[in-house]
Amino acid sequence: MITDKLQNLGRDTINNIAGFGRSGIMLFGALVGKPDFRKGFPLFIKQLYVIGVLSLLIIVVSGLFIGMVLALQGYTVLVKFGAEGMLGPLVALSLLRELGPVVTALLFAGRAGSALTAEIGLMKATEQLSGMEMMAVDPLRRIIAPRFWAGVVSMPLLALVFNAVGILGGHLIGVDWLGVDAGSYWSTMQANVDLYQDVVNGVIKSIVFAVIVIWIALHKGFDAIPTSEGISRATTQTVVTASLTVLGFDFILTALMFGG
Amino acid sequence: MTTRKIEILVGTFIVLAAAAFFMLALKVANAGVSGSGESYVLYAKFDNIGGLKVRSPIKVGGVVVGRVASIDLDRVYYTPVVKMEINSQYSNFPETSSVAILTSGLLGEQYLGLQPGFIDETVEILADGDSVQDTRSAIVLEELIGQFLFNRGN
Repeated sequence: MITDKLQNLGRDTINNIAGFGRSGIMLFGALVGKPDFRKGFPLFIKQLYVIGVLSLLIIVVSGLFIGMVLALQGYTVLVKFGAEGMLGPLVALSLLRELGPVVTALLFAGRAGSALTAEIGLMKATEQLSGMEMMAVDPLRRIIAPRFWAGVVSMPLLALVFNAVGILGGHLIGVDWLGVDAGSYWSTMQANVDLYQDVVNGVIKSIVFAVIVIWIALHKGFDAIPTSEGISRATTQTVVTASLTVLGFDFILTALMFGG
Repeated sequence: MTTRKIEILVGTFIVLAAAAFFMLALKVANAGVSGSGESYVLYAKFDNIGGLKVRSPIKVGGVVVGRVASIDLDRVYYTPVVKMEINSQYSNFPETSSVAILTSGLLGEQYLGLQPGFIDETVEILADGDSVQDTRSAIVLEELIGQFLFNRGN
């Protein structure tokens, strides 16, 4: 009884650590080596389109609505203290420091991460990856690397778009609907938001989340059991694991950046 | 043709993200206006700085001319010394100028109000590193209420 439990625990631990190792080897094989820009760049642009541009719509719409909701909720509390002039910093700081990077990462995991896992998993199931190796094309360099770099580049850009649209959404509700003064909305925001402390730290967070989400998505796809059930499980795992890891790292990064 | 379309869309995406960054940097964080540009340093000693913080604005008649660079304690007298960074374009304050710690609104944040003084032949212009002699400390609301209650008791 107890030995069975212990054996299960041990097997899970070993599998987990082996998974870490395989994901590390995968990333190392994909990224380390002499870059070939002539072949790699068109692949990178293609992935930038699939991962970045096609995610733009969901990012813009959710950014707009989250900014609008923040303004609406913030206003009802701030107006009790006669401090509705501070609506600008409230919306801007919550978006720049927290919601922008985190919600972008969660949406990105759902929108692009799951698609990547399914795509690569299906490539594995239909033995396209083995076919590439037969033709002396390294699938790590040709499939994994451009997707990784496209994800790492596009997520901070998406987060910036998310922040900007969210602040405009807050303006839409706060100023145009609830009647906060437009001048005080922008001026208190400018007085309270710092370029390095808030904007750049948000971008750094976003880059870290991008590496996490894209790495997990690629690894789960590359490591999927090549059956329809295995691919479906890998896709689910990508979204769940990436989201939880992002939230965990968000706490650590927030404590490091804004805690002291 | 499809590669061309994709490349155009990717280009648009990059431009959009760059526009978002510049909007955040210029319109939201207001960088480049206060951070850059030449500035010079003045010092002022206070008895009590209240809630003044580093990067609090320094205003002349409501116009921001600089920011508080640092706040330290004098090693000999243990009084707060405020280091002020003032834009070089406002470099003609005479030594008769005074500095007061003021509050914007009843509960607002505190800032330094710089009041330019008079000029005649014997008055010199404050240069980089000089101290403003005439200072007024922050009004601490609790002390004020305490005094008021004490006076009422008499």
